[in-house]
Amino acid sequence: MTQHVYEESCDAAPVISMEEPSTVRRLSHLETLEAESIHILREAVAGFAAPVMLYSIGKDSSVLLRLAQKAFYPGKIPFPLLHVDTGYKFPEMIEFRDNYTREVGARLIVHKNQQALDDGASPFAIGTQKCCGLLKTRSLLDALAEGSFDAAFGGARRDEEKSRAKERIYSFRDAAGQWDPRNQRPELWNYYNGRIDKGESIRIFPLSNWTELDIWLYIYKENIPIVPLYFAKEREVVVRGGSLILTQGPIPLLPNEKPERRKVRMRSLGCVPCTGAIASDADTLPKIIEEMFSFHRSERENRAIDHDQEGSMEMKKREGYF
Amino acid sequence: MQPGFAEAHISSTFDKFLAQHLDRDLLRFTTAGSVDDGKSTLIGRLLYDSKAIYQDQVQAIQKSSLNRSTGPMDFSLLTDGLRAEREQGITIDVAYRYFTTARRKFIIADTPGHEQYTRNMATGASTADAAVVLVDARKGILPQSRRHACIAALLGIPNIIAAINKMDLVDYSEEVFRRLEGDLQELAQQIALPTAQHAAAISIKCIPISALEGDNVVTRSTRTPWYGGPSLLEYLEEIPVAEANSADPFRFPVQYVIRPDDSFRGFAGQIISGSVEPGDRVVALPSGQTTRVRSIVTFDGDLPQAVTGSSVTLQLEDELDLSRGDVLVSEHDQPHRSRRFVANVVWLHATPLDLRKRWIFRQSTDELRVHAKRIQSRLDVNTMERHPAAQLGLNDIGTVEFEATRNFSFDLYAQNRSSGSFILIDPLTNATVGAGMITQSLDDAAKEHRADTYRRALTRIPVASIARGTPPVAVSERSHRFGHRPAAIWLGTWHSLAAPLERALFEAGYQVIVLDDANSTSEWNEGLIRGLYTAGLIALYTTNEISDDKKSRLYSAIQHDHVLDADALDHDGEDSSVVQLILDWIGGLRITAAKGDR
Ligand SMILES: Nc1nc2c(ncn2[C@@H]2O[C@H](COP(=O)(O)OP(=O)(O)O)[C@@H](O)[C@H]2O)c(=O)[nH]1
Repeated sequence: MTQHVYEESCDAAPVISMEEPSTVRRLSHLETLEAESIHILREAVAGFAAPVMLYSIGKDSSVLLRLAQKAFYPGKIPFPLLHVDTGYKFPEMIEFRDNYTREVGARLIVHKNQQALDDGASPFAIGTQKCCGLLKTRSLLDALAEGSFDAAFGGARRDEEKSRAKERIYSFRDAAGQWDPRNQRPELWNYYNGRIDKGESIRIFPLSNWTELDIWLYIYKENIPIVPLYFAKEREVVVRGGSLILTQGPIPLLPNEKPERRKVRMRSLGCVPCTGAIASDADTLPKIIEEMFSFHRSERENRAIDHDQEGSMEMKKREGYF
Repeated sequence: MQPGFAEAHISSTFDKFLAQHLDRDLLRFTTAGSVDDGKSTLIGRLLYDSKAIYQDQVQAIQKSSLNRSTGPMDFSLLTDGLRAEREQGITIDVAYRYFTTARRKFIIADTPGHEQYTRNMATGASTADAAVVLVDARKGILPQSRRHACIAALLGIPNIIAAINKMDLVDYSEEVFRRLEGDLQELAQQIALPTAQHAAAISIKCIPISALEGDNVVTRSTRTPWYGGPSLLEYLEEIPVAEANSADPFRFPVQYVIRPDDSFRGFAGQIISGSVEPGDRVVALPSGQTTRVRSIVTFDGDLPQAVTGSSVTLQLEDELDLSRGDVLVSEHDQPHRSRRFVANVVWLHATPLDLRKRWIFRQSTDELRVHAKRIQSRLDVNTMERHPAAQLGLNDIGTVEFEATRNFSFDLYAQNRSSGSFILIDPLTNATVGAGMITQSLDDAAKEHRADTYRRALTRIPVASIARGTPPVAVSERSHRFGHRPAAIWLGTWHSLAAPLERALFEAGYQVIVLDDANSTSEWNEGLIRGLYTAGLIALYTTNEISDDKKSRLYSAIQHDHVLDADALDHDGEDSSVVQLILDWIGGLRITAAKGDR
């Protein structure tokens, strides 16, 4: 039974649409999603004084960046990108970030909670929860306040996690940057209410209606550059608590850990110590997409942080985590 | 170069699969039902069977301490969202879920069915192409199902599907199903009237299912041999989604002006109706200036055509100074322009709608202020009755007359769900308080514009042009100016139609007058009748006491083919039938410049 849909889709030939002369061509689902996201980006830029795009370097950010290029073409992207650097990101991510944002011609702001890092914040010293709180959540709120940004685009999708299924496209945050699930504005048709008072802000999620599969299909169709870590390759890893942890960057080995070489790839990109790799042979986009279908595990599963407590993502959001 | 792209080695099957996935379209549907009708179970099964639910999420559910049921897996836990709600055991907000089949990508707007959540149902319905209304086969149509169907119709959802659930508990009885099917057709007729903004009747497709056992959900069941139709998923895969038609009027609200430098000025927006090609003539509103589309600019290159739904940037031939809130439209099919209008409103907030407050009004990309002039009625979605009301509270639905601070361009909601809809925002709290669907335009500015052109046509008369011996103005000359020939219409027993006919003809630009006892004190005579005729007017004569003698005098006064006797029409006794025949006949009086009539 569970095989039903996929098997059927393999056997059927690709649908070539034969239109009646009187009807206009209909957009495909990816074209519809693209048009909707561009609409949202333009609404926000027309409505806010100082928007910013949270740029996490991951595949969703790559898609969001491409959509921003499309929305304002031939003009430049009319807002800066903000990367909250925890200091624990993969070196390949940082390299990709610097090259790609330069190529696109976007203005990049990098924000680090240097104070916390100097005080020794690390997942090993203070635990993942606290570490995220300081290096991600606090750092993000500080960066938003510093730039006086009234709107921040994020690449979150509703299909990523259960608590996001009810997230609005315009998500209202009070003056403390907090999210109240009971105080969100209804969104009918394609009207987004971005009116705010001083100090309040809106997080905007133009990719809300995209699924992980849509993201990959779009990257494939549009040939969008992504960090090479997404592609399987022999890399040095250690096995830690059931996860495969890459030995890149600032990560101390525990006493009895021995690095080994495995063919692995990342399904989502976070911090080196807290994001596990998966064993995989998928070194091309079609193979990644094919893997998704044979490998039904949701993508955040390899993030240590989400599993501390049931509903933990929702609690982080209430506190201001993206 | 994309890593790994060049040496892509993929099986042809997978290749096909990818091609197919790129080509699928998108269907949005909404679901609602009473508590325990089995909505969560149904959605859970759709998601599960279409593999949208990944293994680990399923495992997380299986170990969840809050699992309400024992025994078979509880699909409903896959769909319950936020923590607070999970603890209360109910869903209270719109949750969006996604799944994909070989044919389509689906977005479900999953909404709770309680009475106090009309707001959420309306939100979910606003973007939906279809609505799945849950009905428990044992309980029949409960108020929630009724309300959901009504809101679906009100929000213009073209496809309503009733999933008759828990068929396993009624032994898959055809009799039960047929009875409910009948009840639902009755409901379809009931909701068609109060939501009357659709020309087409509302139809409800009924499908017998068991969400728990899986009958007719994804695959057709062998346990309902008497049901020859598709499974719910098959049906959802086949519903035609609102087809855009090449004849649809072009509507392009300007969202944002792109001006990277002096050499480029482009208008960014999303096409909400019709399609556009370079060279097309368009009118910019409110200015009324006409120009042509020079190019359709996108990141991927200029396009030869753009269709409904596309987000594009248009460059125009002429340097028009447009800004956000303006709209580009087709020349021959323009939207209404008015500041007074009637709308169906769903109230979303605890602060009620009343006649004192002013609201921020957002329609397309335009933003202005409005206030409610009159609440015509409040709709009771349980009984479909309309009641008078002084205000609308949270979750109320009503019909309201509004007045805006200036004119704006709009279509009726039945014609266009984008340019016929709006939201209301409380300027004090910034909350979104209401959502509306425009049903009628009052004081149409387009009419005023037309009146303006008539007035402007009057020119100053030079004294020298008045000279003896000038020939009189002929009836045919008047006809040319008015655009129609004169006529005498004898309404007879249909005299009560005189005023509405006169009004409609006048609005449409005809020169028309009603002759009744009030405005013709003296007896009608041939002279009067001939006078009106020579003046080029269409005269509507009302009185049902007219002697044959009078009639014959009338006929002798003017040309026979310019006289219509309503009583002699071959109608079916309905007003609409008579009106149709009269209007058809009047249509024959029209003359166009091209045809000539001299
Ligand atoms: N026998 C039977 N039980 C069902 C069916 N669908 C749902 N149920 C049960 O009805 C109860 C309510 O279902 P649920 O999906 O939570 O309803 P909701 O409140 O509408 O979301 C649960 O115990 C389900 O197992 C069905 O088709 N047949």
